[in-house]
Formats: sequence, C-alpha cells, structure tokens
Amino acid sequence: MSDIEQLVAQATAEFAGIDDAAALEQSKARYLGKSGSVTELLKNLGKLEPEQRKRAGAAINSAKERIEAALNGRREAIRLVALEGQLEAEALDVTLPGRGLPTGGLHPVTRTLERIEALFRSIGFDVADGPEIEDDFHNFTALNTPENHPARSMHDTFYLLDAPGLLLRTHTSPIQVRFMETHKPPIRVIAPGRVYRVDSDATHSPMFHQVEGLWIDEDVSFADLKGVFTDFLRNFFEKPDLRTRFRPSFFPFTEPSAEIDMSCVFCDGNGCRVCSHTGWLEIAGSGMVHPNVLKAVGIDSERYIGFAFGMGPDRLTMLRYGVNDLRLFFDGDLRFLSQFK
Amino acid sequence: MQFSEHWLREFVNPPLTSAELAHSLTMAGLEVEALQPVAPAFAGVVVAQVLSVDKHPDADKLKLCRVDAGQGETLQIVCGAPNVSTGMKVPCALVGAELPGMTIRVTKVRGVESFGMLCSARELGLSEDHSGLLPLPQDALVGEDIRTSLALDDKLFTLKLTPNRADCLSLKGIAREVGALTGTAVSPSPVDEVRVTSDKRREVVLDAPAACPRYCGRVVSGIDAKAPTPDWMRRRLERSGLRSISAVVDVTNYVMLELGQPLHAFDNARLDGAVRVRYPAAGEKLLLLNGQIIEPSVDTALIADDSRALAMAGIMGGEESGIADGTTELFLESAFFAPDAIAGKARALGFSSDAAYRFERGVDFAATREALERASRLIMDICGGQAGPVTEAIDHDCLPQRVPVRLRVPRAEKVLGIRLGAEIAARLFRGLDFAFTQDQDVFTVTPPSHRFDIAIEEDLVEELARLHGYDNIPARLSQGSLAILPQNEQFRSVWRLRRLLASRDYQEVVNYSFVDAGWERDFCANDGQVVLANPIASQMGVMRSSLIGGLVANLAANRNRRLDRVRVFETGRCFLRDAAGDPIPGFLQPKRVAALAWGPAAPEQWGMAVRHVDFFDVKADVEALLAPLQGGFERLQHPALHPGRAASVTLEGKVIGLVGELHPRWVQKYELGSAPVLFELDLDSVLQKPLPAYKEVSRFPCVVRDIALVVAQEQPAKPMLEALLAVAPAIVREVELFDVYHGKGVDPEKKSLAFRVVMQDTERTLSEGEVDAAVMSMVEAAAKQFAAKLRS
Repeated sequence: MSDIEQLVAQATAEFAGIDDAAALEQSKARYLGKSGSVTELLKNLGKLEPEQRKRAGAAINSAKERIEAALNGRREAIRLVALEGQLEAEALDVTLPGRGLPTGGLHPVTRTLERIEALFRSIGFDVADGPEIEDDFHNFTALNTPENHPARSMHDTFYLLDAPGLLLRTHTSPIQVRFMETHKPPIRVIAPGRVYRVDSDATHSPMFHQVEGLWIDEDVSFADLKGVFTDFLRNFFEKPDLRTRFRPSFFPFTEPSAEIDMSCVFCDGNGCRVCSHTGWLEIAGSGMVHPNVLKAVGIDSERYIGFAFGMGPDRLTMLRYGVNDLRLFFDGDLRFLSQFK
Repeated sequence: MQFSEHWLREFVNPPLTSAELAHSLTMAGLEVEALQPVAPAFAGVVVAQVLSVDKHPDADKLKLCRVDAGQGETLQIVCGAPNVSTGMKVPCALVGAELPGMTIRVTKVRGVESFGMLCSARELGLSEDHSGLLPLPQDALVGEDIRTSLALDDKLFTLKLTPNRADCLSLKGIAREVGALTGTAVSPSPVDEVRVTSDKRREVVLDAPAACPRYCGRVVSGIDAKAPTPDWMRRRLERSGLRSISAVVDVTNYVMLELGQPLHAFDNARLDGAVRVRYPAAGEKLLLLNGQIIEPSVDTALIADDSRALAMAGIMGGEESGIADGTTELFLESAFFAPDAIAGKARALGFSSDAAYRFERGVDFAATREALERASRLIMDICGGQAGPVTEAIDHDCLPQRVPVRLRVPRAEKVLGIRLGAEIAARLFRGLDFAFTQDQDVFTVTPPSHRFDIAIEEDLVEELARLHGYDNIPARLSQGSLAILPQNEQFRSVWRLRRLLASRDYQEVVNYSFVDAGWERDFCANDGQVVLANPIASQMGVMRSSLIGGLVANLAANRNRRLDRVRVFETGRCFLRDAAGDPIPGFLQPKRVAALAWGPAAPEQWGMAVRHVDFFDVKADVEALLAPLQGGFERLQHPALHPGRAASVTLEGKVIGLVGELHPRWVQKYELGSAPVLFELDLDSVLQKPLPAYKEVSRFPCVVRDIALVVAQEQPAKPMLEALLAVAPAIVREVELFDVYHGKGVDPEKKSLAFRVVMQDTERTLSEGEVDAAVMSMVEAAAKQFAAKLRS
C-alpha cells in the first residue's frame, strides 16, 4: 500500500475512534490543517517532475477528498449522537395528566330530549314551545275536557293563588292547541317541555317532562301512528327488533285512543323485574285527534285527520341509561349528573 | 274494579284460561291491572270438627283436641289457639299436607303425638290474621277439601277502567263485554219480580227532573235487619274489595256490583210523607253517613221527605235516615241521577263514594227497576219481610236521549288505515248488541242505554277498532310531503348553547320551577311573588322569578356532599307578574340561562397554581356565550350580588341579564364557605347570532404599537377604550386592553393599563410618520380626558 493510501486509512481509523467534536477538529488539523500530513504532501508536489506531479497531485487530491468525506461523516455522526442526547434530556413524562379545564355535561333528560327532537326532525317534525302557566281553556277545555269531566280527576292540577282559571300545565298538549291555532295543516310538530302535577313519591315527581307529537294531514291513519311511533322507539333505543303493542284506552282529546307498550328493553320481552315479568313496558299514550279538538282550533275535521302521542322523556331516560330512581333527575347531585357527559 | 273470576264465569264462561281472559280484556281496552289467586297453593287441608278439647298434660298453653276430619277415625291434634272450642268447625291440615312454607308430619309436642294441624287464616295464606283458628260456618261439610269449601281456587281480576267505560263497573257489564269479545253466550241477569204482599207505599216526587229523571222506590216491611249475610255473598263482596256491614247494606252493594246500579236503603220509619228529589233550600244542612255535615251547593240534588233533607242524591246517604239493627221497614231506592248533576260534587267535598263514581260516569237508565226487584228479592231471601208496590216517577224528557249515530265504513277505514268492509262492521255491532240500520256502507247505530260514550262517528270507529283488534291494524311507515324545515341562521338552537356551556366545564341541572318563598325574597327582593294555591310542600310554594335560587341550592347540597368545586347551569322558564304577559295576561314567562361557578377556577392539578374562580372567569363565559356579539357590562346593584362585583349585561343597549359574585350575606346564610360567581341571561337574546358579513382582508402589513397609560386606581377601563377609539384615525383597525398592572414602578395609587393598537390600510403600506401621529393623538386624548400619563 502506498503512503497515501496508508494515510487515508490512518485518518479514517483515527476519526472513527473520536466521539467528541473538538477532538475531531484537532484530529482534522493533523491531516488537513496548515501543517497537516496532506498539506505537507501537497507542498512537496512542486519538487516533482511535471508528469509525476500530475499523477501524484491527482492521488493526493483524491486522498484529501476521501479524508474530508470521512471527517464529514464522523462530524454528522457526532452531531446526531449529541442531538439524541439532547432530545432524550428533554423527554416528558407523557403519562402525567393533561392540564386545563375538563368538560361538563348535559342533564340526562335534556340529552334524551335532544335525541327525541333530532329523531323527529329527521322525518320533518317541527318543534314547538308554549307557556307553563296556562289557562284552563288550553289545558283542558280545548282538549275536549270540559269542567267536571271525570277525566279531569286524572290530573291533579296545581292552581295559582289569586288567579282564577290559571294553572301549571298538566301536559304539553296545550302547546299543540296553540300551534294548531296559528298553523294550517299539514302539521307535523312535537312539543317537549316541563309539566306539573300534584303528585310526589318514589315514581312521581311534581314536575316532570313530556313530549307530545302531532301529525295532521288529509290522509293520516291509525296505521301511520303505529308505524311512526314504532319506528321512533326502535331508533331511540337502537333496537331494530323492538316490538310495540297498542291497547285501546281513553283520553278526552283522542279517539280511537291507544296506550302504547313496548317489549321490555332489558329482557327483550322475556320477562324481568323491570317489566314486572310481563315482557311489556307502558311507554306512551296516543290516538287519533278527537274531532272536537280540531273544531276548537278551526280545522275542518272532515277533511283532515291527525294522530297525536305523548310520552315521558324522564322514563325513556331511565330505561335508556338504566337509572332506577326518578328523583335523581331533580336532585342536582353532581356525582349522579356528571355521569352523563 | 275488582271482582272474582268465579262470579264472572257464572255470567259468561268462554273457553279461555284466566290469563287468556285477562289478555283479551286488556287488549280490548279494559286493562287488567292485576290477576291474583285468592289463596296461595296448598293441599291436604279439609274441614274438620273439634269433638273435644282437653288440657295438654305438660303445657299450660297447649290443648289436646280430638278432631273429626272425615278420615274415618278421630285424630288427636295438639293446638295452641286460644279460640279452639268443642263443636267448632275449622280447617285441618292432615298429615302430608303441603302448606305455604311447610309440610305437615306426625310430631310429638311436649311428649304428645299430634296427627295434623288446625289452621289460622295466616297459616293458609288467606290473610294476616293469626289471632286464632279460622272458624268455618257450621254448615261446612266435614272432610271436604277446604279449597272447595271456601272456593279458594278462584282468582281476583283488578280492572283499571278508563272513565268512558262506566258500563263495565259491574259484573253484568264485564260479562257483556266478554261475550262481545269472545262470541260466548251471556246468561241473562238473575231478575224476577217479587210478589207484592203489602200495600205499604210511599209517594215519589221529582222536583229536580234534570238531575233525577227516574226514581223507583219500594217499602219492604217486617224485615230482620240483624239477619246474617250469607257466606257466598260475603265472600263475593270481600273479593270485590268491600267489607260486609249488615245484610241490607250488603245486598245494596251486591246488586251494585252485579248490575251496576247503586241503591240506597232508608229506614222507612224515619221518613215523613213523600220522598222527593229537590235542590236545597237556603242554608239547609245535612249530616252525611261519613259524619260530615255539609251545606250543599244550590245545584246539588237532595233526597228529602216532607220535613227534611235525607241524602245527597246519588252520592251519599244521610246519618239520620239510615238503617240500623232495629230497623224493621225499609224504603229502597233505585234511581237514575244524571252524570252532570253528580260530577265533581263529591270531589268538591273531599270524599268519594262508589255511587257517585258510577253516577258521574253514567248508569244504565233502563235498568233502574230491574235492580230494585233484584235487591228486593235478595233482602227478602235473607231478612224476610213483605214487599210493597213499586212507586216510580219518571220524566221522559229529561232522561238521556240515545240519538242514532251514522258510521261510514269508508271513513272508518280511512281513519284506521285498514280494509274492514260492511260485513265485518255489522258483525262487530251485533256482538255489542248495538241496534242499527244499514244502507250499504253506511250504518245508523242507536247506542244502548248502558253506553254513555257513543255520540259521534269516531266513537263507533273506536268500537270497531277495539273489537277488530288494534293488533290487526298494520304499522305503516308514513308517506308525507318532504318540505324542508326552515332554519333561521341568525338563531342558534338551545342545544348549541348547552353544549357550549358544557364544554366550558358546566354541568347542566334541572331544578323545580316552584321554589321557597325565601329564595325569592333573598335573591330577587320579589314582592310580587307568583304563589301556588295548592303547593306540594311549603318550601315549593312560589314560582321562581330567577334561576339563581336553584343553583345556589345545588351548590349548598353538593358542598354538603364534600365536593370542592361546583359548576352548574340551567335553562328554563321564570315567572313574573306583568300586566303585559303574553300569551297569558298578567304573567311573563321568559326563558333564561344561568350558571354558577364555585371553588377552584380549574381542578387542582400539577403545574397550575390553585386559584379561586373570580368575576372575570365567569365574565369570560358570558362573553363566549354572546360571541360574536359583544355585550356591555355596567356596575349593578342587585339584591343577590356583591355590590362592588356585579354587572348588568347589555346587548345592543338592552339589558339582558347580570353577572356577579354572590352577596357575602347569602354566602353566610346559605353556608357556602366562599362566594360563587354566577350569571343569568335572557335565553332568546343569547340565542341571537348575526350572519357573518365579509370584509376585505388587507394584503399590506399591519403595524402594532402598545401604549401603557398610568391612571387613577378607580378609573374604569371601558370609557378609556371608548375614548381611544373615538379619536383613532381610520387606519386604526382595533384597540384592545391586554394588561392591567399595579406594583413596582407604578405609583401605589395608580395603575397602568396597556392597550394594543393595530393599524393597517387596505390600499398601502403605512408610513412611520402616520403611525406615530395616530398613537400620539390617542395618548393626548387619554391625557386630556383621564389625566393619563404614558408609562415610561
């Protein structure tokens, strides 16, 4: 091996053995510095014959380039090691919790109301609202429930002191009456809201929620009521096999009227404690809008037919999330409420 | 309505099990709420007669009985019951009998063998009575299975009847319905006219025919009012939930259950002259059977004689004319009282009665006399006596009319969404015993006298649907017009608002709309409270005019549960008296959103100092709710809030709510430890959201200058900001306050407010000169108006 090749090998080996940037630069000086080995060789070129000088020059330059390449390679390697070290020193404990505000949540019943609204909006139902202090006309009379009607004893009504004829609405049906007073058919609307009855025990709250729905058009039938409400329940509970059962019942404002049962969502209708081993849960009241109700708001009851339904979102919430005590909803206990993010 | 299945099956006996019968009733709208056996399962218990009772040789309280249980030999049984006596008939569980929870074996009781057990009602699971042996009637057959002897294989049906189906408030009515549903023949009502053997009679006069258009009465004389009620009748009454009282009362109740006609028996010896139905005289009073003295309203019909009021017609008898043990002569009443005349009357007096319950819903006015005959027969069978002639007063004009109702089959089909056909409709009407004429698809139906719920076509549609079966109506997914619902982009839904508050770490609550009157005084200084006439509890007596009270109560309750950080919000209506109320005059019912924050601004966590939530944290929440609109905030005096830390919130000049720290007085009174910060805003105002309007984005660089102005401590920031904006030339795009400083380098009585001024032109790059001039003009204005000095 020539001296030059030996020099390249020596430099490459020397660089490879150095881990420190400053030491590398010192080592570089020994080869490529002013009095470095390669520089010395170049200096001696002048002493050679032109022909020889040309060959030797090319060899030295090639050696210089290879030494520089080895040097740069080593520099890059040392820099990378240093960077890795620095990054490692900057490492965080990524298992520490994130900082800042957590998030709150919606009330479980509100969450259900939002869901009910969204489901009915998707089939074109509008959402209506109305006063909670109501007059007797909209809460009862317009709903085919005249004074002394036995059906009034089904509601234990809160009345206002010193305001005869005014009460806290006992259902959200008066919203529908007000909506029909101001809108012409076809009407598709749901009416969610708070309602009030003089009743308080483990399964009754003096204030609770209701959602009523109404569809009035020229060709709406009891079969549509069954279809729409069954479809709603299946989507609400996300149970495509859920079954419903419509039973004849009585409400002053619908005829024919039906109580709606659904197959128990806990046991799929096989019978359990929640459904008292019947397989069925009573979930809503419904029926075809009574012609007297349509007449009271000036809708032609021969031309238009409608169906209406009413359900308790508090109960739907209990069934959906497995809540077993209605009173929890109105107790403001954050340990309970914060479970519904 | 509760009744015995055996009793029903005497009238109609369809080939259905009890459960099938219950299902069939439920699916026809007569909901069976409960179906229970009258006795639990047990076997091996027979009727036995006690032949002798001797002392147990080794136990004072036990007796040694010899018993004939029809087993061919006398049984020796040890018994501890206090009422055991020679000759009595009792239930005897034989060796091998299976009772609820035990099996009977031959045992030694204190050294004496006992071959069976004499039973109390509780041991057979019939009642809770364990005071002694269950005594059986003397005519019970020794050796007969007790289940047969007491008819214990019966079941109790409890119906939850809707108010329109008064016709099913009797066995006869339910039987009729079962007949229609199952196509089974129904036995006719057990009625035969009694033979009139006495000429004692009493006139009846209808002075209030609208309230009472039909009244039948009869004197039955020579009765033994003390005669015992037969066991079969007592049993049926008990299985219908009625207690046996005396033979005559039991008969009237029995006939009411059987036929649906409430009856009343007067002591004929205590009546004077004619019986009349009339309205009360002014100031007239009446002592009722329940001990209540009433002064009946002018529209309350009374039964009276020539000298005084006797009873509240169709509602309750009077104490002074009722029967007693010594009664020997009855005047039996069977009448029709109009539903309108009875409805609500008992409820208004705070009680209810079986008679009023039936009359206000409607009693068959064609069966009045039949019920009287049936009751006469039963009374004479039990108590003896002679029947006088029936006196009947009737006002045909005032009796309910049964107007024929038209039913168009195509209309019924349209309403129900099915194909039915005239043939099926005719069959269903026939099953119900509805009289009709038919002209192809159009029926004209005359409702029977026992149905008070058939007046319009829809009533008949309902009957057809019910009998056809709701299950046989298909569920159809609706076809509707697919018009898009309008969406006003300048309003956001309340859901967006709720989610926004939740994302800022507030938890939604739902509080009662009725609150403690004290909250209204403390937090609202409300002297026009909206008071409930019949609150459920005194601390829920008034309607809230603010959401604040509820949130403060949420805080107090959760603090008691040891939570150290509470952030809650609610949306809901508040209620205020206001003449301009709409749609209910006299009351405003605005919807509001309110929130309360208490405890650390953020949960305690690593790398963040713990800091109590303050006014500005919550103000930022308000600003976030209003964005992109900007609210105005002005100092506010409010009863709920700290007078120095409260602001009204305005939007476009209109006050829409408030934000502030709770007054220390209430922090102390409601034991909150430290002050929460809260806000309450008008919901509709917050839901506004203007449409974004495009403004050109400048391609030229903007210049930013900060100016720090030293002013007096008490100088509010907002007027300064407004003054700076007022003098700023057009190149100033925005001015914003970004720092407030007091401390080192600033006079202790002053503070430094730092404003960031952003300048930009859409047409050109700004020159150094005009930027300096703009800043200078603003600094000078601040110096002039607020004695502000530029902080060096």
